[in-house]
Amino acid sequence: MYTEKVIEHFRNPHNMGQLEDYSAIGKVGNIVCGDVMWLYIKVEPDDGGRDVITDISWETFGCTAAIATSSMVSDLAKGKTIEEAIALTNQDVAKELGGLPPIKMHCSALAADALNEAIYAYLSQEEKEIPDALQKRHERIAKEVAELEKRYASFVDKDKRIEAPCS
Amino acid sequence: MTDSIYLDNSATTPVAPEVVEAMSPYFSTSYGNASSLHALGRAAHRATEESRGTIAEILGARPEEIVFTAGATEANNLALIGSALASADRKHLITTAIEHHAVLHTVEWLRTQGFDATVLDVDPSGRVDPEQVREAIRPDTLLVSVMTGNNEIGTLQPIAEIGRICRERGVLVHTDAVQAFGKVPLPVDAVDLLSISAHKFHGPKGVGFLFVRKGVKLTPILHGGGHERGRRSGTENVPGIVGLAAAAKLAIREQDATSSRLRAWRARMIDEVTKLPGSRLNGHRTESLPHIAGFSFEAIEGESLVMRLDERGIAVSTGSACSSPNLEPSHVLVAIGVPLSMAHGSLRVSMGRQTTEEEIDAFLNVLPEVVAGLRAISPFKVGE
Repeated sequence: MYTEKVIEHFRNPHNMGQLEDYSAIGKVGNIVCGDVMWLYIKVEPDDGGRDVITDISWETFGCTAAIATSSMVSDLAKGKTIEEAIALTNQDVAKELGGLPPIKMHCSALAADALNEAIYAYLSQEEKEIPDALQKRHERIAKEVAELEKRYASFVDKDKRIEAPCS
Repeated sequence: MTDSIYLDNSATTPVAPEVVEAMSPYFSTSYGNASSLHALGRAAHRATEESRGTIAEILGARPEEIVFTAGATEANNLALIGSALASADRKHLITTAIEHHAVLHTVEWLRTQGFDATVLDVDPSGRVDPEQVREAIRPDTLLVSVMTGNNEIGTLQPIAEIGRICRERGVLVHTDAVQAFGKVPLPVDAVDLLSISAHKFHGPKGVGFLFVRKGVKLTPILHGGGHERGRRSGTENVPGIVGLAAAAKLAIREQDATSSRLRAWRARMIDEVTKLPGSRLNGHRTESLPHIAGFSFEAIEGESLVMRLDERGIAVSTGSACSSPNLEPSHVLVAIGVPLSMAHGSLRVSMGRQTTEEEIDAFLNVLPEVVAGLRAISPFKVGE
């Protein structure tokens, strides 16, 4: 069900662990749903004064696809300017992995969201301007977290049928 | 592949060479249809009936009480739907929250067809309280379905006691004994209906049977040529049935030796695995099938664990949501109250007759490394 590329990244994930000297973290997912991703970024200005992600790392609790997408998004974002990194989508992550099983597409979304949130955290703390697209995605992610917690409440209520709390 | 350590015997087992040999003539030499009048047909019929006799003898049943099916899913469907449709006035069924989906989803379907059902909770070790069964019985209760031993956590149910209670009240008892065959004595005397599948004890896939106690009325769910005394139409799967009987004979002959060996290794695995920080046993330490052990680990996810072990040549399975088609964690783990964070990090180890102590050693040797490796990349840290 997984492509060779997914398996390769799962076997030998790139950029894993915690950066010692990071600029910001993006935290997404929920342990109840079985996947949590923390993405660390180090941002430094280049010669032209543009913000560049000079280093990146992650810690992930999740399945094969979650670990492979963490590894891939870190590869894709490393060395990119903030502007370029904002443009990265979950489709880019999935495509670079040679595709993901349909049910695992949410893992690539999680990876893209983690990057989004790390950049959002960085720009917020530096009091820099937050592009509209980034702001919108941040609000969508926050809404999903609230939604998920609501669904989780019914999930633990045993009398109710479980309705895919995490997809 | 051949060097892999296979500890997923609750999913399926390798077919024993003796079983393959017994089945072999019935594919291309003695290939007759058991309903045909000619010599080839009679030979097939004879093989089918001899197999039925073998199974009946093992169960202490009559040959006509054995209905061959295409496995246990069909046997469970026939037991539940067949007895429900045959019942004139009783419309209520009782089952448990940790049954296999072949029972639970069948009960769900019956609910849409005008039947009512009570699904009983289990205790944290996965045991059903027979008193709860007694309390759930209503005047219109038709049948109680409780599995003999659970396929994910191994927990054995008090079927004998449940059977006594049901008999007092004239309620039928069905048990899905798929994981129990060849591992523990079957509770045949306590039940009216019992489901078995051959591929769980080194027989072929796609064949099983339902024991139907004499006098129990079943409406068939497959219609056609009236095979199996009108209870299950469809040309008999003669090679499969012969394989089922051959596998059954072997499993029963070696039951005591196999079970005592596996029981000791299970106890050893429980001792060693639960020593790892942030781990727990899912199920009952002793009231269990001898070959299944369920565990959960904090801070890591079960599918990753299975894939990492697979890289190391060890085949196991998980009840993790990420491995299921609907992204829900195992209903069994939820029912026994495994915290959701730990239900995601579940592992099922299931041994077979071919399992060796060296394989258990290798698994126990590799597991701590694999768990530690995944924890190293997890954002959650486990306290010592």
